[in-house]
Amino acid sequence: MSSAAELINPPPSKLVVDHVTKSFKSQSGWLKALDDVSLTVNEGEFVCLVGPSGCGKSTLLNLIAGLDTPESGTLSSDGQPIIGTGRERGVMFQEHALFPWLDVLGNVLFGLQLKPNLNKAERIDIAKYYLQLVGLGRFIHANVHELSGGMKQRVALARALAPNPRILCMDEPFAALDAMTREQLYADLQDIWAKRKKTIIFVTHNVREAVCLGDRVVLFSPNPGRIREQFHIKLPRPRDINSVELAEQATLITRALKQHNSQSLSAE
Amino acid sequence: MKRSLVAILFFVSLVILWQALVSAEIWSPVLLPSPLDVARYLWAAIMDGSLIEGSWVTMKRLLLGYFIGCIIGLPLGLATARSKYLSDTIGVLALGLQTLPSVCWVPLALLWFGQSEAAMLFVVIMGTLWSVLIAVDNGARSLPPIYVRAARTMGSSGLHTLIKVILPASLPFVVGGMKQGWAFAWRSLMAAEIYVTLLTGYGLGHLLHFGRELNAMDQVIGIMLVIVLIGLAADKVLFSPWERFLQKRWGTAV
Repeated sequence: MSSAAELINPPPSKLVVDHVTKSFKSQSGWLKALDDVSLTVNEGEFVCLVGPSGCGKSTLLNLIAGLDTPESGTLSSDGQPIIGTGRERGVMFQEHALFPWLDVLGNVLFGLQLKPNLNKAERIDIAKYYLQLVGLGRFIHANVHELSGGMKQRVALARALAPNPRILCMDEPFAALDAMTREQLYADLQDIWAKRKKTIIFVTHNVREAVCLGDRVVLFSPNPGRIREQFHIKLPRPRDINSVELAEQATLITRALKQHNSQSLSAE
Repeated sequence: MKRSLVAILFFVSLVILWQALVSAEIWSPVLLPSPLDVARYLWAAIMDGSLIEGSWVTMKRLLLGYFIGCIIGLPLGLATARSKYLSDTIGVLALGLQTLPSVCWVPLALLWFGQSEAAMLFVVIMGTLWSVLIAVDNGARSLPPIYVRAARTMGSSGLHTLIKVILPASLPFVVGGMKQGWAFAWRSLMAAEIYVTLLTGYGLGHLLHFGRELNAMDQVIGIMLVIVLIGLAADKVLFSPWERFLQKRWGTAV
C-alpha cells in the first residue's frame, strides 16, 4: 500500500451503544456511572456528549474506545462488537499524553508503526501529512517539552488521526487550553473533520463548545448516568463560537441541562 | 570559559595548600608526602606497568560484574513493578538485601567461591543488582498510566508496550538506578579488593592495601587519586550522554 492509497478515506463507521450499564466502586458504595444507556451514531456524524462531572460521559467514551468493558449491554462499530482497543478508534485525551522520549514526528509515527503493510518512507510521509494538517509542519523534530499547550494538543490530534481511525474519541481535549488557543482549534478541528470525514465522539462540559462543534449534542445527567435529551444542531458550518445564533442554541441547551440536573438532584 | 578557569584555580590552590602543609613540616613526610612524591610514584607505577595492570584488572572485574548486575536487575525491576506477586517476593527481597552494605557479601563469597575471580564478581553483582532493580521498579511504578492507555488505543499491547512505552518512559529512573548501581559496584569492589588478595590479579584495591603494608604513603595517596579519577571519568563517559539526552527530550535535569 502506498501513502497515497493509505490517505484515501475508508467509509466512516456507524456506532451502536445498546443498553450499556457500568458501575464504579466509590467510598460511599457503588456508583452507577452509566445506567441503561443506548445511543446510535451515524457515519461521519460529530456527536458531543455533554453533562456535569460524574454523569458518565467520559465512562461511555472509554467504553467506545475499548479502554474499559461494560457491565451489561453491548457496543459495536459497523456491526463488529467492540472488545478492547483498536486502531479503527483513535483517542485524544484531556492531557496530551505525548511520549516525552520521542520527538514530535516520533510521537505521530508511534501508531503508524503498529500498522502493517506500510514501509518506513510511507509512514513518514503520512505522519508529515497529518502534522501539516494540524499546522505543525515546521515542528516535526521539536521535543514535546518545547511546545505550548495548544501545540501539544495539535500533535496529539495528529497522532490520533495518523493511523486513519474511522471513529475519533475526544475526551475534553481542549479543556486545559486558554480561550484564544481553543477558538483557533475549534476552527481547525471543523476543517479537519470536513477534510478527513471521521465519526467523532467529543466529550465536554462546555455547552457552547458542544454547539460549535457537534451535529448533535447529547445531554447526560448524573446519579445514575443517563442520557436525558438530544439536540440536533442545524447551524451552517464552519461555525464561529462567538456568533449570536450559536449563543442562542447554547442558552437553550444550558437551560435544559440545569433542569435535568436539578431533577436528578431532587430525585436523590 | 570563566567556569573552567575557576575550577582550575580551585584545584591548583588545593595542591598549593597541600604543598604548604608539607613544607610547614607539621607531620612527618612518611605520613604526608609532597605532591611531587605522589606524582613521582604515579609516574614510576605507570612506567613499570603495575598501575596500568592494576587499573585493568579492577576495570575488568567492575565492568563485567556491573554489566551482569544490570542485565539481571533491569528486567527484574520491570517485572516486579508489573506483578503484585513478584513485588511481594523478589521486590521485598531486593529491598532487604539493598540495605546490606555490599562489603558484607565478602565473607560469604570467600567461603562459597574461595579466593577467586568468581568471589569478586559475586560481590560486584550483589552490589549492583539490588539497587538497579529497586530504582527501575520505582521508575516503572511511578509512570503516568495515561502513557500505557494512549499506547493501547494505538494498538500497542504486551511486549510491545513493555519495550516501546514502559521501558523508555522509565528511562530517567533507569539511568538514575544504573548510576547508583555503578557507585555501589565501585565501592563494593574496592572493599573486596582491600579485604582479599587474589593471586589471579592485583587490582587498585590491592595496590592500596600494599601501600599501607609497606608504609608507602605516596602509593596510598596516589592510588586514591587514581580511584577518584576513574570514578569521575566513568561518570562522564557512561552517564553524561544519557543525561544529556534526558535533558534534551524531557527538558528537565535528572
